[in-house]
Amino acid sequence: MNAASTLPPKGYSLAPVEPASAQPRIKRRKHILPGFHLTLGYTLIYLSAIVLLPLLALLLKTVTPTADYPDIKQVVGHVFEVATDARSLDSYKLSFGISFAAALLNGVFGFIAAWTLIRYQFPGKKLIDALVDLPFAMPTSVAGLALCQIFSTHGGYLGGPLHDWFGWRIAYTSWGILIALTFIGFPFVVRTLQPVLSELPAEVEEAAACLGANRWQTFRRVIFPAVSPALLTGVMLAFGRGVGEYGSVVFISSMIPYLTEITPQLIIIKLEENDYIGAAGLGLVMLIMSFIIVVTVNTIQYFASRRGRNI
Amino acid sequence: MKRATTDSWVVRYLLIGFMLAFILIFLVFPVCVILIEALRRGLAFYFSALSAKHSISAIRMTLTVAAIVVPLNTIFGVCAAWAITHFKFPGKSLLISLIEIPLWVSPVVGGLVFALIFGRQGWLGTWLETHQIQILFALPGIVLATAFVTFPFVARGLIPLMQAQGSAEEEAALTLGANGWQLFWRVTFPKIKWGVLYGMILCNARAMGEFGAVSVVAGSVDDKMTMPLQIENYYQALGPGGLPRAFALASILLLLSVITLAIKIGLEWRSLAPHTVRPIKPVSPH
Repeated sequence: MNAASTLPPKGYSLAPVEPASAQPRIKRRKHILPGFHLTLGYTLIYLSAIVLLPLLALLLKTVTPTADYPDIKQVVGHVFEVATDARSLDSYKLSFGISFAAALLNGVFGFIAAWTLIRYQFPGKKLIDALVDLPFAMPTSVAGLALCQIFSTHGGYLGGPLHDWFGWRIAYTSWGILIALTFIGFPFVVRTLQPVLSELPAEVEEAAACLGANRWQTFRRVIFPAVSPALLTGVMLAFGRGVGEYGSVVFISSMIPYLTEITPQLIIIKLEENDYIGAAGLGLVMLIMSFIIVVTVNTIQYFASRRGRNI
Repeated sequence: MKRATTDSWVVRYLLIGFMLAFILIFLVFPVCVILIEALRRGLAFYFSALSAKHSISAIRMTLTVAAIVVPLNTIFGVCAAWAITHFKFPGKSLLISLIEIPLWVSPVVGGLVFALIFGRQGWLGTWLETHQIQILFALPGIVLATAFVTFPFVARGLIPLMQAQGSAEEEAALTLGANGWQLFWRVTFPKIKWGVLYGMILCNARAMGEFGAVSVVAGSVDDKMTMPLQIENYYQALGPGGLPRAFALASILLLLSVITLAIKIGLEWRSLAPHTVRPIKPVSPH
């Protein structure tokens, strides 16, 4: 059969066979409640204005020629050069390395905090549980100022003694950044773990005990595997937060190039140097990193929920 | 009798002690330090530090920005939640993901995007310069960057809440002859008002405390600074009175965050905000 002959000729509309005016009485209204066009329209306009177009502006900036770089190849070349030069690479190493270390620390501390808050009874538990949210509520600059005052080598509440007795320097070194990022990321692990820990059925632990497992074996073989996806998600969230953090680090870090300079700081320096394309390039690197973290978190959640169904 | 699901008392006390030590040193101690440092030179000094010219202008700037951004994002949040929860349309889950973008992006990138548009070498830079319009290093730029960072807060709380409530009551009101406006104010709004308040409180706390995004667009003009920026400015200033002023200003922001936390906990404990709004499970890092 000739397929072409069954198709309508070009320019012929496929859509309404009947005249449109014959339809409305039997046609079901697609949306029952009012306001669909108004609310969706406003949502899309506002979303585009505040988020999508600005992000598009960043992406386009990395490929658009300017007076300094009249050719697209030169623009992309410059973006690549800035994104991979030694100073940027050192800042990634610092940003990602310390964020990762802080996220791991938070994995340990957060697990202990979530475990004690869910499993044990002790006075003041509700208050402690509320305090966990403090890093969410506290402006990062306030946190940075306080942490700096605590860990400063000269006259810091803890930093002074630590320096005098052990010769440790915490503020204005990578250790200071580690402390700031640990502070910032702490609630993520606790708040991700709490619901999972509280929903863990007691039966599986009792079964493990009946089968002769001691407490440590039960924890390692039964409890930990069940909560590990949530733990991993919390750690990834803390990591993502740490990578982008700027406000608290600015106070406690000396921002020495190649040594204690984080990537967000480098973006600001590029802007101050009027190197907009370089700043856009570094911004693109951070966007890609955020994207990878989003995808990782969603993948973990997807597999965790699938495994949950199979049990 | 020892149950199979309890740990020995050694483990219990060790873990509780460890957790308490961590929370006291890392969370409670910083709060105390801010208060001690702000108040240790006496109340008179504290208030004179707060009434310094730049402190006042910073407080005014922060309040102005929050007063613009919070209503904007609240209207958006209610609209987005209404469209997403009451209607079926293609690309809905994509839209939800797009709304959450600002939670994943570094705040500095959130400021950078506006600098790339309105800055001197940005997309609209030359045009703005010839028309003498100041966006960067002024209120509009700070508002835009803050709006970006706090964009999803209201919507994100309302969507699961309104999804759980369904649209049966709205449809019933419709059959009884309510128009769209009556429908929203008489039926929907009473159901979601605590959720809206909850989102607004989170949005407000973040709007007033935001540093990274705002520091990119605000530059270093003294009277165009928000409180967090002015704190850093005082902190970097080496002269006498710099650090005390920083702590005085920080204590105001701290008070704000404590109030925020208290209202938030109040809403959660009295479960005025339904279970779905509880931030038990944060799904994004910022």
